[in-house]
Amino acid sequence: MNATNTTTDTAHETHVDYIGSKMGMWLFLFTEILFFGGLFLLYAVYRSSFSQEFYTTSAQLDMTIGAINTIVLITSSLTMAFSITAIKNGAARLSALYQLLTIIFALVFLIIKYYEWSAKIGHGIYPGSDALLSQGQGTIIFYSLYFVMTGIHGIHVLAGIVIIAVMINMTTKNKISEKDFVRLENTGLYWHFVDVVWVYLFPLLYLIG
Amino acid sequence: MEHTERAAHTVSYKANILVWLTLLVLTGLTVIIAGIDLGGFGILMNILIASLKAGLIVYIFMHMKYESLLFKLMLLMAIATLTVIIMLTFLDTLYR
Repeated sequence: MNATNTTTDTAHETHVDYIGSKMGMWLFLFTEILFFGGLFLLYAVYRSSFSQEFYTTSAQLDMTIGAINTIVLITSSLTMAFSITAIKNGAARLSALYQLLTIIFALVFLIIKYYEWSAKIGHGIYPGSDALLSQGQGTIIFYSLYFVMTGIHGIHVLAGIVIIAVMINMTTKNKISEKDFVRLENTGLYWHFVDVVWVYLFPLLYLIG
Repeated sequence: MEHTERAAHTVSYKANILVWLTLLVLTGLTVIIAGIDLGGFGILMNILIASLKAGLIVYIFMHMKYESLLFKLMLLMAIATLTVIIMLTFLDTLYR
């Protein structure tokens, strides 16, 4: 927020560049856009060549589970946004509480994902399995994309949980405060980005069938 | 510093809840549309609604509304790059 921030224990000055810090985060997110963009591109190309098989295989995914997870992740974005509103209003404890709620929603998302994956794997459907390889090429590609895309998205959710946990620690130690909250804001940017990725994954994987 | 003004902008709890409610409504809408057989039009509608949701998240939750023109242009550039990559790939695969 402020251009300079003097530490109390030493005469040494810490320079805090608010705009630069945010820009760095956005630059990272651009690399993430292109990273996930590559996967969406794969999906789009294969969907155009195997549209019928993508259509029938997509119907095998549980739309209700996908919809519930969408609601969970959107709500986690809300609590993340709340935590930033709270810290800017000077309510550090409330902000930490909202960050904790965000982690809880993220865990719920991953637990639901775990059961969803387990059900598929229980039916013998996972990349390279005999049950999957005996099916048509479009089905194999759809499930491969399903596991890779939701898997990489899940890793991002897991990373988000770790980062938010660090933010909670910093907030309780007053390292993130009304005066310096750019790290929490950048965490929020990352978290909302993860939400945006899911916003596209949900219709493309669950709703086309 | 001129940027402290922008940095200090706080999105109210009420505005955040409004965005959240809109996102929920759009999620419901996308599920309903998926239930109706619209042929090729259905997937187009779903992508359109997803983009509306993504735009809302970026604009309010990610504060793009309050960022400078530089940030907006940078984001536009990243999205344009991805769009060009997708279009060029389809020019290849569709007319092969």
